[in-house]
Amino acid sequence: MINIISNHWQTLLYGLGQTLLCSILALFFSLVIGSLFAIMEVLPNKIAHTIGRAYVELFRNIPLLVVTMFFYIVIPKFFFQISGFAAGTIGLTIYTSAFIAETVRAGIQSVDTGQMEGSRANGMTYWQAMRYIVLPQAFKIVIPPLGNQFINLVKNSSVLAFVAGFDLMYEGNTIASTTFDTINSYLVVGVLYLIITMPLSYYMRYLEKKSNRGVN
Amino acid sequence: MSMIEFQDVEKYYGDFHALKDINLKIEAGETVVLIGPSGSGKSTLIRTVNGLERINSGKLIVNGRDIADKKTDMNKTRKNVGMVFQHFNLYNNKTVLENIMLAPRLVLGRDEAENKKLAMELLEKVGLADKAESMPAMLSGGQAQRIAIARSLAMQPKCILFDEPTSALDPEMIDDVLNVMKDIARDSSMTMLVVTHEMGFAREVGDRVIFMADGQILEDDTKEKFFDGEPTNERARQFLSKIIKH
Repeated sequence: MINIISNHWQTLLYGLGQTLLCSILALFFSLVIGSLFAIMEVLPNKIAHTIGRAYVELFRNIPLLVVTMFFYIVIPKFFFQISGFAAGTIGLTIYTSAFIAETVRAGIQSVDTGQMEGSRANGMTYWQAMRYIVLPQAFKIVIPPLGNQFINLVKNSSVLAFVAGFDLMYEGNTIASTTFDTINSYLVVGVLYLIITMPLSYYMRYLEKKSNRGVN
Repeated sequence: MSMIEFQDVEKYYGDFHALKDINLKIEAGETVVLIGPSGSGKSTLIRTVNGLERINSGKLIVNGRDIADKKTDMNKTRKNVGMVFQHFNLYNNKTVLENIMLAPRLVLGRDEAENKKLAMELLEKVGLADKAESMPAMLSGGQAQRIAIARSLAMQPKCILFDEPTSALDPEMIDDVLNVMKDIARDSSMTMLVVTHEMGFAREVGDRVIFMADGQILEDDTKEKFFDGEPTNERARQFLSKIIKH
């Protein structure tokens, strides 16, 4: 392991950076997109509801690799050039946002309907009630399952390896095939993934505890 | 002009006929108590007044606007019509003070200093000024309901709807809430429509008593006639004799 690290630390560090960058971008955008579709799903408007439902059902039921390959191969063929990193990040974002939409929707629906009724009866519009009362409570409820989604997202970013995204997994593959030291190569890669996911896991747990303190 | 006027109102939930041919006028400043067995449509009726339930036919004029008309902006009507719920529905993610200040800030654009001053005055009025920074989860039911009433009053509405405000409370907390409600009924020109089983409240501050059963209004009397005379309707008489016994 020491050999792999000392000989290839620059490559590994680059891969780690790409994995981190992809994860941060995908995390941010999938949270935004997922929340938007979650809100569409709970809207009284039938068309918005159907669009939200269709998006979720489509993308959570197609393998991540297929979504990613679509962006890597189909888009350049018919539209414009796109790097492996971009294709992988977009695929990961779309795929994860479907799961986040499901999670956030469940959170919104688990907020007591009295909260919305109280807000409306108090004179607020639907959107004010959502923004100030319902969504803050929904997000608090979904912190633990969202943490799961985020950790899955970081691990799923290894899909970049299939589309030449130069991420941690891709670099691990390269090192393994040039050094023939497969065991140690993948051990190092595994440890590096843990370095990203463990703090994330602890941070989500901290958020969960902090938000519970506020109420009870 | 009447504050609330129902004209031939019908309401269905699927096949269930919840409100049958409701005709009712409530004048500004009146305190009207709505009683009847559970499932009789009292809550449905009161919830149509601020549009939490839509009616299927007829006219429903609240504060000069026909709210059955889809073009009517319900948000404007709700500014003038407060509501107090059985289960309080305080905002769980906000402090007591924020519960009271939020809607006046967002909906009326009330100046922050004035908003806070008014909110504190209302907290004093309901006897809970020391709870300003508490979260709703830390309040007892009686306290939560008094905060909910203060939250309604903060919008300075012309009318407040009370939907079984004491039904979810422990017996010893009911009086605290009723006293606040009596103050409102006596003090101001506020129109109050109250669904309740508290006959003492109806007797003391009510102007009229309406008895409902099976989605219909069966009796609409002055409180003198209802309590001291005799309701005309047989079911109303039976209901009254049972409820007074307890």
